[in-house]
Amino acid sequence: MPAAVINFAYLLASALFIFALKGMSHPRTAVRGNLLGALGMFIAVLVTVLDRRIISYEIILAGLVVGAGVGAVLAVRIQMTAMPQMVALLNGFGGAASALVAGAALAETIHVGGAFGLQLTVATALSGLIGGVTFLGSLVAFGKLQELITGAAVVFPGRHAVNAVFLLINIALCVFVVMQPEQLLWYWLLLAAACILGILATIGIGGADMPVVISLLNSYSGLAACATGFVLQNNMLIIAGSLVGASGIILTQIMCKAMNRSLANVLFGGFGAQAVTKGDDIYKGKVKAASPEEIAMLLENAQRVAIVPGYGMAVSQAQHAVRTLSALLEKRGAEVFFAIHPVAGRMPGHMNVLLAEADVPYEALKEMDVANPLFPQTDVSIIIGANDVVNPLARTDPKSPIAGMPILDVDKSRTVVVIKRSLSPGFAGIPNPLFAADNTLMFFSDGQKAVNDIINALKES
Amino acid sequence: MELFVTTLTIFVLAIFVGFEVITKVPPTLHTPLMSGSNAISGITLVGAVLSAGTQHTTLTTVLGFLAVVFATINVVGGFLVTHRMLGMFKRK
Repeated sequence: MPAAVINFAYLLASALFIFALKGMSHPRTAVRGNLLGALGMFIAVLVTVLDRRIISYEIILAGLVVGAGVGAVLAVRIQMTAMPQMVALLNGFGGAASALVAGAALAETIHVGGAFGLQLTVATALSGLIGGVTFLGSLVAFGKLQELITGAAVVFPGRHAVNAVFLLINIALCVFVVMQPEQLLWYWLLLAAACILGILATIGIGGADMPVVISLLNSYSGLAACATGFVLQNNMLIIAGSLVGASGIILTQIMCKAMNRSLANVLFGGFGAQAVTKGDDIYKGKVKAASPEEIAMLLENAQRVAIVPGYGMAVSQAQHAVRTLSALLEKRGAEVFFAIHPVAGRMPGHMNVLLAEADVPYEALKEMDVANPLFPQTDVSIIIGANDVVNPLARTDPKSPIAGMPILDVDKSRTVVVIKRSLSPGFAGIPNPLFAADNTLMFFSDGQKAVNDIINALKES
Repeated sequence: MELFVTTLTIFVLAIFVGFEVITKVPPTLHTPLMSGSNAISGITLVGAVLSAGTQHTTLTTVLGFLAVVFATINVVGGFLVTHRMLGMFKRK
C-alpha cells in the first residue's frame, strides 16, 4: 500500500480519535464517540498490517490474539467498583508498550546501520523514561487499589534524597542514550531505572490520593505514546498521544483543585501517613447514634433528600441498595439528589459510574457547585462512606491538613445522617466535627446493611 | 530539523485541541473518559505491529510481540470496558 494512502488513513484515524473525545461531552453522544474511537483504531491497525515492510504475520497475529483475549476478559469481568484498578493496569500496559516499541525502533536502527538523528535519540530516551515510570508506577497504584500492598503512603527517612538520586540517574542515562545510541545497553538500563523511579514515585502516595495518581499516569501513558510517535516519525501517534496527555493533565488539575492541594504536595507530601488524631474530646458526649426506625421516621416527612456517597459506598457495594432507597423515597413524593464530590472514590467519576450501574439516572447526580446551594433547603442528607469531603474543618480550621478544600456543605441541611462503621477518621487522619454536630445522627453499620435496614424500616412504617 | 519543526507543530496543535475538547467533558463521564482515552493511547500498537512484523532481529521481534500484547490489552480492554460503562448511563 502506498505511503500516501497509509498516511491518509492515519489522518482519518486521528480525526476519529478527536470525535471520540468530543463525544464524551455528553452521556447521549458518548457511546457513539467511543465506537468512533474504536473504528479509528481499527482503521489505523488495518492499514499498518498491510504495510509492505511486514514479512511475517504469525507473531503479529499471536500478539493480537493474546492481547485481545486478556483485554476482553478483563473488560467483561471487572466489577464497576474495581474500575480504578482496571484503568491503572491499562495505563501501565500502554506505557510499557510505548517503551518497548521505542526500544525495538532503536535496536532496528542499530541493526540496519541507520542514522541516529537527535529527534530519534531524544524521543527514544523520553519514551523509555516515561514508559518505564508509567508501567511500574501504574502497577504500584494497581497494587494499592487492589489492596495487594498497603494503601497507606509508604514513607521512609531520606526518601526525598533517594528519589532525587534516582531522578538524576535517570537523567544521566537519558543523556547516555542520546550520546551513544548505538549502545543498546544504555536504553535497557534507562528502562530499569525508570521502572524503579515509577515505584518510588507512587509508593509514597496514599490510597485516597489515587484519583490524582491515576489521572497523572493516564497523562503519562499518552505522553509515552507521543514520544514514541517522535521516534517513529508518526503523526497519528503524536496526535493521539497528546490528546490523551492533555486529558490526563486536565483531570489531574481538577482533582488537585478539588482538594486545595498542589500537585507537588500530592506527589511528595506523604499525605495519609501522618499520625491520626482521635478527636475524643470533640466527640465526647455529643455523638448521637440513631436506629433505622428513627431515620425512617425522618425520611418519611422529608421533602428533599440528599445522598452523599464516598469510597465506603464502593467498598460495601451499596450502590444498588442506595438506588432502591432513592426510588422508594421518590415514590413517596420526596425529591432525591446525589451530591458528588470530585475526589469521592478512588478515581475521577468513580461514584458516577457506580450509581449509573445501579440505574440512577445521570440527571440526579449533582456536582459540588450545583449541590451546595441546595443543602440549606434539604431536609435530610445521608452520608454514606464519605468523610473528609464533608468535614467542616476544611472551612473553619486554617491549620487543618484539609484547610481550604472545597467540601459539600451537608452540615447546612436540616438533619444529617452519617452511615459509617465507627468514628474512625478518614484519609486525612483528622476528626470530623460533623459527627458531633447538633443536627447529625450517626448510624454505625456497614453501608449496604444500613441502607437495607432503613429501606425495611420505611416499608414497615 | 525542518521535519522536526513540522512534527512539533502537530504536537503542539494537538495538545491545544485536546485541552479544548476535554474541558467540555462533564465530571459524570470522567471515568469513561479515562478508560476511553486510555484505549486511544494504545495507538502505539501500530508501532508494535511494525516491529513484530518486520522481523529485523530476534530481539526486535520479541520486543514487538510483547508490545503488541500490551498495547492490544490496552486497546481492546479500554474500548470494551468504556462501552460497557457508557451503556449504564441512562436518562430518567
